[in-house]
Amino acid sequence: MSLGISGSEAVAETLPQPQKITEHAKGSRLAALVVSIFRTLSKVHLGGLLLAVLLSTPLFALFYEAIVGEGESFEYIKQTVLGDYIVNTLILVFSVGFLALLIGVPLAWLMSVCEFKGKSFFKWALVLPLAMPAYLVAYTYTDLLDYAGPIQIALRSWFGWQSPNDYWFFDIRSIEGASLMLALVLYPYIYLMVRASFLEQNAALTHAARTLGQSPLRCFFKVSLPVARNAIIASVALVMMESMADFATVHYFAVSTLTTAVYDTWLGHYDLGSAAKLSSIMVLGMFMLLYVERLQNGKKQTGADAKVSQQKLMYQLSTKQSIIAFCFCSLILIIAFVVPAAVLVGYALDYYAESWSTGIMTYAFNSILIAAIAAIAALALSVVLNFILRCRPYPAQKFSLKLASTGYAIPGTVMAIGVLIPLSFLDTSINEIAESFGMQGPGLLLSGSIIAIILAHLVRFVAIANKSVEASYMKISPSLDMVSKTMGQGGVKLLSKVHLPLIRKSALVASLLIFVESMKELPAALLLRPFDFQTLPTYVYQFASDEQLEIAALGAILIVLVGLVPLILLNRSIDSH
Amino acid sequence: MSVLNIQNLEVSYQNQPVIKKLNLQIEPGEIVALFGPSGGGKSTVLKAVAGLLEDVSGTVNIGDTLVLSDKLNLPTEKRNVGLIFQDYALFPHLTVEENVAFGLGHLPKEERLERVTEMLALIKLSSSRGKYPHQLSGGQQQRIAIVRALACKPNILLFDEAFSNIDPQFRFELIADIRTLLKDQNTSALFVTHNQDEAFAFCDRIAVLNEGQIEQIDTAERLFNYPKTRFVAEFLGEGLWLRTQVASAHRLSSELGEIAYCGESSIESMVGQYVDIYLRPHHLRLEFSLDSKIKVTKERFVGQYFESTIEWFGQSIKVRTVYSFLDKTVKIKVDTNVSAVFLEHPSAP
Repeated sequence: MSLGISGSEAVAETLPQPQKITEHAKGSRLAALVVSIFRTLSKVHLGGLLLAVLLSTPLFALFYEAIVGEGESFEYIKQTVLGDYIVNTLILVFSVGFLALLIGVPLAWLMSVCEFKGKSFFKWALVLPLAMPAYLVAYTYTDLLDYAGPIQIALRSWFGWQSPNDYWFFDIRSIEGASLMLALVLYPYIYLMVRASFLEQNAALTHAARTLGQSPLRCFFKVSLPVARNAIIASVALVMMESMADFATVHYFAVSTLTTAVYDTWLGHYDLGSAAKLSSIMVLGMFMLLYVERLQNGKKQTGADAKVSQQKLMYQLSTKQSIIAFCFCSLILIIAFVVPAAVLVGYALDYYAESWSTGIMTYAFNSILIAAIAAIAALALSVVLNFILRCRPYPAQKFSLKLASTGYAIPGTVMAIGVLIPLSFLDTSINEIAESFGMQGPGLLLSGSIIAIILAHLVRFVAIANKSVEASYMKISPSLDMVSKTMGQGGVKLLSKVHLPLIRKSALVASLLIFVESMKELPAALLLRPFDFQTLPTYVYQFASDEQLEIAALGAILIVLVGLVPLILLNRSIDSH
Repeated sequence: MSVLNIQNLEVSYQNQPVIKKLNLQIEPGEIVALFGPSGGGKSTVLKAVAGLLEDVSGTVNIGDTLVLSDKLNLPTEKRNVGLIFQDYALFPHLTVEENVAFGLGHLPKEERLERVTEMLALIKLSSSRGKYPHQLSGGQQQRIAIVRALACKPNILLFDEAFSNIDPQFRFELIADIRTLLKDQNTSALFVTHNQDEAFAFCDRIAVLNEGQIEQIDTAERLFNYPKTRFVAEFLGEGLWLRTQVASAHRLSSELGEIAYCGESSIESMVGQYVDIYLRPHHLRLEFSLDSKIKVTKERFVGQYFESTIEWFGQSIKVRTVYSFLDKTVKIKVDTNVSAVFLEHPSAP
């Protein structure tokens, strides 16, 4: 047995002599710093960083093109309509946020703290509108509310009105109409996030307010709402981001916003520089909203303490109050989901033969193919990036993961432009190289094929996989890695034998979500699809924008059904909680 | 030959030294604790031995293998060590049998199964081989984690606060079982803990680590009774510092009266000099005294005795008493046979 002796020994260090730092010395130090950084970064580090840079290339390309590109028509747009585009976008974004807030917050409160008949049904049913793309709701309501629609026809026949001059009716083809349509399908974001916040609130706060003489309604305004403000702001910011990204609804209603401007500038004038400049304005707006969302989500909710909020706040509504609550929930559900769904089902039944004969299976297959590749690729990349971060939790890897996740904030139209820029450059280079060898160039090998759509979807949706895989990884104790390594199972074996089995479920859910999002995605596919190539959403959009939604109703229903998948998962997750 | 031999180990985090020239040797079959306050660097030493740190210097030998030197930092999987954590680190997606067999992939199937059966029999959990970790109690999970490590026949087992998640009611029973198991297998272990009772119960020797350095390493009894530094004396239990004057080879005189000295160090040559001694609560007793200025300020009844708190020259100490002394003035008496004291020369008499 030997004694362990420890002690710090005074180490005589030779201090460097002060010396004049010359420019050359500065340069050498900088070079040494760069070399030391690269030495610190292993091949694995660099691989992760490279993947992240590749995934964020569209964004950098967009900014590069916006700064360097000529943008022939941008000057003209700036002097004429850019102001209108921005104002319309702002009006739309704030109107949707406000309307969705008016719908979402009361519903969240009713579902979290009130007890009434039908609540268990509405709790999950009120999420259904999320499955409905806004443009489908817009098309169905335009059919219903237009001058030639059944509602105005009925009104004219009841009241004997002969022309539009005889009465006033809400013009749905307007920015207000677009705002309403978007709010009807986006309010569930606010409903879900604010409901979760209400459920987390410490009931003791409201009990204290009640003992101080406040009515339930006053408690709602003076306690529940202020405490839930972080969730409210974050969810409204999310809704505003989604509405800013919308293309089909505003395009159908002929409301000129920045998304329609990007679309028209590219497809109408093939002016990539101007499209990139317009896109950059949108990206900056998106980043501002994203910043607000992240800032609020990062804050801890005041008064939310899991340890003390065991007792849940619950009001048993009176019969009269229950009827009002039931009617309010029913009204929202009927307007936002039942009516559009019923109209689509009606069209599908009436026009089944026409719908079926238009090659719907081919378009569905195209969508499935693109979505499947995007989902698998996004998941694989995300697992690799997260595994590298897990093994080397250094700032460079954290930055890589964040960089790779920026795509989700980018609207589809903008992403399409971002993807087009590097792919067009690569296509041009490939053709030039081929021609320099005396061969015929392959043409638009990348930008003119489904590779472009897949890449756009991959970059846009990889954030979903990242978030899910990252959350799963955080649940795996680091001690499992250490133990595994001591038993000779490091590196790829650690990934395959320990990590993958443990993150399997959430990875599958993430890939399913990406698959669904990719199946529903319209603007990027519209801008990037090869000639004569259709996906399910572009097919539905094409017919609907030609006022022939009934022929594409079957396709539209398929999109809605696919959109229901994540909601079923979401409801299962809420129930399990 | 030592199973673990650490020489001049140094670890830094962000250019801040965490471990400073640490030396430690563990003999075959010996269980040693690294014991100290949080942030003292205990787990860092463990990770450095396991090869889980990069910015490390010094020399480490595990068995006859050099695993760390100026030119070498052998990866974890090549060090032949077993790691045991407080969260057990059992793979939740694998059964007990699969967990134990996890590191035995290089063996033929029959031999692997034989080893697993043997290991599970050691901890009497053969009937649980098909169960998943969440179906077992904390103690059972920790036993599985230990035999999983033992199955790989490691040179040394490294325990990182391994018993702190176990219900206190069963903790010391488990510690005794694991100690017996390790002794039966003649397996060495390095045990990191901040819990004194666990360190005393589990280990043959205890190294007290403070600010990246070992202050003292010895058996539990000797550490407690013969601390070599003020930090070790105080860290191993509260006490009272008392200024005394050496009266003879076995006598100290103090304000509390004559104290018999039976310590290790000879004080014969120090007659007439002042020394500070550290008295543990069990060295002290209280007596009623009307003319004393010392008062019991707090008291707690803990069943078999009272724990009375007194303030004495700016020091606060808890003394066990049979009767209640609350708000009463008392005299402090020192047991005549004080064998366990820490001596320190005061800076000035």
